[in-house]
Amino acid sequence: MGTGFRGRTAATLAVIALAATACTGGGSSAGGSGGGGGGALPRNETLYTTGTQWGPPANYNPLHNWDHATGTKGLVYETLFHFDPNEGKLTPWLAESGSWTGDKTYEMKLRPGITWSDGKPLTAKDVAYSYGLGKIEASSFHTLWSWLSDAKAVDATTVRFTFKQARYQEWDFTLYGQPIVPEHIWSKRAEKEILDGVNDKPVGTGAYTLKSHSQDRVVWQRRDDWWGVKALSMKPAPRYIVDVSNPSNEVVIGQLGQGQLDLSNNFLPGASSLIKSKKVVSYYDKPPYMLSANTAWLVPNTTRKPMNDAAFRRALAASVDTGKIVKGVYGELVKPANPTGLLPQWDKFVDQDLVSREGFSFDTDKAKQILADAGYKDTDGDGLVENKDGSKISLKLAVPTGWTDWMEAAKVIASSAKDAGISITTEFPDANALNETRGKGNFDLVVNNERQLSSTPWTYYEYMFQLPVQKQQNTVNFGRYENEEAWKLVQELGGVKTDDTEGMKKVISKIQAIQLKEMPVIPLWYNGLWAQSTTGSWTNWPSDAAGAPKYAPALWRNWLEMGGFEALTQIKPVK
Amino acid sequence: MRRYFARKLLIYALTFVVAVTVNWMIPRFMPGDPVAAMVARARVSQPEAVEAMRAYYNDLFGFDEPVWQQYLHFWGALLQGDFGLSIWVFPKPVADVLLDALPYTLGLMIPSVLLSWFVGNWAGALAARRKVLDNTVLPAGYLLTAMPYMWIAVILAWALGSKAGWFPLSGGYSLDIQPTWSTAFAVDLLQHWVLPFLSLFLVALGGWAIGMRNMIIYELESDYSSYLSALGAPQRLIRRYAFRNAVLPQITGLALQLGVLVAGALVTEIVFAYPGLGSLILAAIQNQDFFLLQGAFLFIVIGVLIANFLIDIVYVVVDPRTRTGMAGGQS
Repeated sequence: MGTGFRGRTAATLAVIALAATACTGGGSSAGGSGGGGGGALPRNETLYTTGTQWGPPANYNPLHNWDHATGTKGLVYETLFHFDPNEGKLTPWLAESGSWTGDKTYEMKLRPGITWSDGKPLTAKDVAYSYGLGKIEASSFHTLWSWLSDAKAVDATTVRFTFKQARYQEWDFTLYGQPIVPEHIWSKRAEKEILDGVNDKPVGTGAYTLKSHSQDRVVWQRRDDWWGVKALSMKPAPRYIVDVSNPSNEVVIGQLGQGQLDLSNNFLPGASSLIKSKKVVSYYDKPPYMLSANTAWLVPNTTRKPMNDAAFRRALAASVDTGKIVKGVYGELVKPANPTGLLPQWDKFVDQDLVSREGFSFDTDKAKQILADAGYKDTDGDGLVENKDGSKISLKLAVPTGWTDWMEAAKVIASSAKDAGISITTEFPDANALNETRGKGNFDLVVNNERQLSSTPWTYYEYMFQLPVQKQQNTVNFGRYENEEAWKLVQELGGVKTDDTEGMKKVISKIQAIQLKEMPVIPLWYNGLWAQSTTGSWTNWPSDAAGAPKYAPALWRNWLEMGGFEALTQIKPVK
Repeated sequence: MRRYFARKLLIYALTFVVAVTVNWMIPRFMPGDPVAAMVARARVSQPEAVEAMRAYYNDLFGFDEPVWQQYLHFWGALLQGDFGLSIWVFPKPVADVLLDALPYTLGLMIPSVLLSWFVGNWAGALAARRKVLDNTVLPAGYLLTAMPYMWIAVILAWALGSKAGWFPLSGGYSLDIQPTWSTAFAVDLLQHWVLPFLSLFLVALGGWAIGMRNMIIYELESDYSSYLSALGAPQRLIRRYAFRNAVLPQITGLALQLGVLVAGALVTEIVFAYPGLGSLILAAIQNQDFFLLQGAFLFIVIGVLIANFLIDIVYVVVDPRTRTGMAGGQS
């Protein structure tokens, strides 16, 4: 082949390469709607965040609360109240006030002067309509209507809710969880569209509107006529928020290092060394570095032998070397859990006397003692105890593959249990496969952190004790633990008014007595509210330092109502 | 010629039907229940609500029909270009999800596969003639082929991205830019494209070069070369004949490469967080997204068939024996 051929080839290839790149440009521009001129966003007005979504933004439907683009609820659609975890109480948001006017009626007054992003005013009818959507059978909050009987707009700003059964604790939870949608737009939609529509032009009352989206990001743009600027004297600092879907931890660490990202709500292995070397900042500058967000539990399947024996579960609890998990696996990014498993934010509900008497701690000898007292003996001399009937105990602990921190923690649990004479092996199935076996009850032991911080510990107790046990346990009581008395107490707690702290404590103390004796689930450690920020473009991140904002710096699903949004109003651009 | 292509087309059509059928079957035989997973994600625990949602989604995705009806509907929808709704990116149509990713994959794969093929063959052919070149191209080729892809990608990212800072480390385009028809965006896109492209290009290069070098040496030592040489033909002519023979197996190799091209380079897309089909396929498997997986495989099947067809045509052009065969009524 001569030089002529070579030259031609090179030219052809150059053309192909250019054409291909041009195609790429054309294809991806489909996602952008109304991108401004040159396309670049001003750095000092833009906040780059990641760690809230794991794939392309799926939809902007606030009723699809489990997979809508994060920020759909919180930035665009808002709730009646927010919850302040520091104070432990609800703060009025769209609502100006709300109170129980009778045992089974709740009246809510809206703030005046709130408008939707299309200019129409928010009225009580919108609120009644939004709650009414739960009446659709396939709606995800349909169960609300098993105890709510009516939501009615009394006048332009007042909504009266009447109940079949007043579940005060659950109602608070609903008040800051349920998004309000505009009736004038949604009532024109078919049922299918309401439940599963993409809703790609979301119209909300919130401080942001959807600017554009593509495969790996969503861009939100601030509404300068947002009602909160006047009514709350709050203004979120970033004009644009770019929420990048999280490709991998390595990429996130790289982008943080280059200052491309401002806030990462990912769990980053080795975050403590990043924080120590001042590359990123977090809520605390020393262990545990992060606020606590949820409890990781060791869940035994109580329908199987020997986990059906409370004494065995207590021995198992005492055998787990949580300290080693906290230090060795997490580098002190997490805190060991209280024996009741209640998050630090709920400390006031922990019955300290009871815990000092009945609570467990890591103690291999104690674990051995409990096993011996309960009649578990090592009959074949291999150092591991057998069932009371002499059959071998060999338990499997399953955590999802790829969750490296949990996989390491599982190994620690297995080895420390072995020291106490309990045989546990670890297995790492695919996360979906694990969800399924967990739901159906085909497991020995799993680690789970399903429930997050909320306005009430009631959500944790529902998680532990909910009855009746179904064929498929999707969200709670994976261990299929049955205790009528405990479930009655949980229901009793649900009926205590949320401002009656003493009344709540009384019931909770009774529940904790059962919990510590029975150990239906074993609290391990508190997972952090992972938040790593860089200070190159934005400062004044929430921290425990004097004068710094104390809000939870997380843009996760449902956390925008628990301080995430407020944190956005506190940060300051560097220039 | 017409008969040759008619027969080829028939074979492709049959292959397509079989491949699509298998493609439809595989996800349905995968363990797991996507609707259960979806309902579980919705955090609904009350049994009545679970049942209502389950029935609703079964109906929406057509899982409540008998299997043969699902199969027929699948073909019906397919012919209208409807791949169904994605479960992972619900409720986006699968076709949209795939088409968003496709340009990135093609933009990355076509240049890297073709360019490495051309450059590799050229370097290999050159090496076969010159001792000095052979002593450099061959070891370099072996080194490139033997290097694990993951490693070369990470080294490139570290050296050219992290240390030198010439190219961005990840993504399809910068975080602060919006896709528009502008020079700024095109430049940004190109910058992000360089590293993944280079890694794929380098890794494939060595194999082609070694293959071509060996083929040329083999051809130069074969009887027809010796005969031509004995007849006194110029060296240049002999080399041209050798090259034309040597390039045929390389074309077959290219056909295979082009076929799987649509699947993208999974590892590349993960290392460089580059948007594309490969990472979609992984996500589809992890999330039990039947429809997305089905759609992605369908793209691959179509890709393989088109690539093979193109290579068939190329064969007719470059290999006179195929043309002779056609004239004789054989293919």
